[in-house]
Amino acid sequence: MTTQAVISLDHIQKRFNNTEVLKDISLAVHPGEVVSIIGPSGSGKSTLLRCATLLERFEGGSLRYGDVVVAENNDQGVAVYKGKEADQAARQRFGLVFQNFNLFPHYSALRNVMDAPIAVQKREKGEVEAQARKLLAQMGLEGKEDNYPCELSGGQQQRVAIARALCLNPQILFFDEPTSALDPELTQEVLKVIRSLAEEHMTMVIVTHEMTFARDVSDRVVFMDGGVIVEEGPAQEVINNPQHNRTKSFLSRYQQGSED
Amino acid sequence: MDFVTMLSMLTEGFVVTLQIFACTLVGALPLGVLVALCRMSRFTVLSALTRVYISIMRGTPLMLQLMFIYFAPWYVFGVQLSTEWKFGATIVAFVLNYSAYFAEIYRSGIQSIPVGQREAAQVLGYSRAQTFMKIIMPQVIKRIIPAMGNEIIVLVKDTSLAFTIGVAELFTTARAIVSSQGVLTAFIVAAAFYWVFTFVVEAIIARIEKRLSYYHD
Repeated sequence: MTTQAVISLDHIQKRFNNTEVLKDISLAVHPGEVVSIIGPSGSGKSTLLRCATLLERFEGGSLRYGDVVVAENNDQGVAVYKGKEADQAARQRFGLVFQNFNLFPHYSALRNVMDAPIAVQKREKGEVEAQARKLLAQMGLEGKEDNYPCELSGGQQQRVAIARALCLNPQILFFDEPTSALDPELTQEVLKVIRSLAEEHMTMVIVTHEMTFARDVSDRVVFMDGGVIVEEGPAQEVINNPQHNRTKSFLSRYQQGSED
Repeated sequence: MDFVTMLSMLTEGFVVTLQIFACTLVGALPLGVLVALCRMSRFTVLSALTRVYISIMRGTPLMLQLMFIYFAPWYVFGVQLSTEWKFGATIVAFVLNYSAYFAEIYRSGIQSIPVGQREAAQVLGYSRAQTFMKIIMPQVIKRIIPAMGNEIIVLVKDTSLAFTIGVAELFTTARAIVSSQGVLTAFIVAAAFYWVFTFVVEAIIARIEKRLSYYHD
């Protein structure tokens, strides 16, 4: 592939005190690609996402968003962050959807979506409002613009959060277990929205426990365990026909679960 | 002394009480935020110094602080004490003292905001100042209103401590009238002033609380 990766993580190493949670992880995502990261709890997948979104700092490796270099290894193999400007430039490239939404409770749905484009990107209010309303409608939230998060269901809140991330026009959208706080019914409405984004070729990285969804929606699946990428490949292959024993046993537990 | 004269004297005293109350809030409400931020600072020296400040302010009587600040210019610098300084010293003492209490209320509020709010703001690109002013503080204010209300109502009555350095506020005036007239009427009227005042303050706080009840988290 000749296109430049939207994000490239190279040889990421991350420790919490003395526990190594990411051991030499490399991952690049190209425009239009949908990548799902699966794996057991504690495998490091959320930490990887938090490193990519600058919520955590890693000790070794490099991180690049297109031409924006966020961190690079020095001669001693220690990651050196380039500084605030690079951080801020990178934040203009990605959006993140949290497991527990993290909407601003004191803002209406519309204000949640509109505020950052106006306050951070200094865009014009009318133009932002038009885009925000369009995005909310696209999320199936027409008529909910003036509602506060506390008046919305979990599924609706998560869809507002997706609209909020999209309104900054990111090149890539990260999802950190976007449906883990939702019941099966609400899960489906959120997955539907993510699926429609995939059809529009939005570049996305999704950490998820929804295996069927990961298989159907993503181009590539990454299986992580113990801080390393155990296996990765085309979604169908990894989920339907895993090669590694660790992946097999992990996925078989899910299949048992779904047959109950 | 007829009742009308007494009432007008007490009203004058009440105006001074009101001034102490208002000036203290205007000074201590913002200063409290600053003290809270220093207390939570990553710089351990600053945070330790602030902790000592709060400890002294809360650990010693306001009456003593009041006298200390009032007399300090004379005993330390030999400056003659003026009548205006009585009021000035009162405000300085009250603001310093109340900002310590307010700071701890702010701190409890700030620390009660889920970390996800900061993370969401950070990812969306808000600056630290924007995050604090737009995302954190509005939520903090809603959460701390009951605790703040409590403290503000205590302040209504604490203003009477200015009596100790002879500021002519409501209590000082009432006591002077009672001593000179030999009847307790002035105390009863002063009590009514305080009670009505707290009643109004309670109503205002309840109104603010109601205005912020358009959301819950």
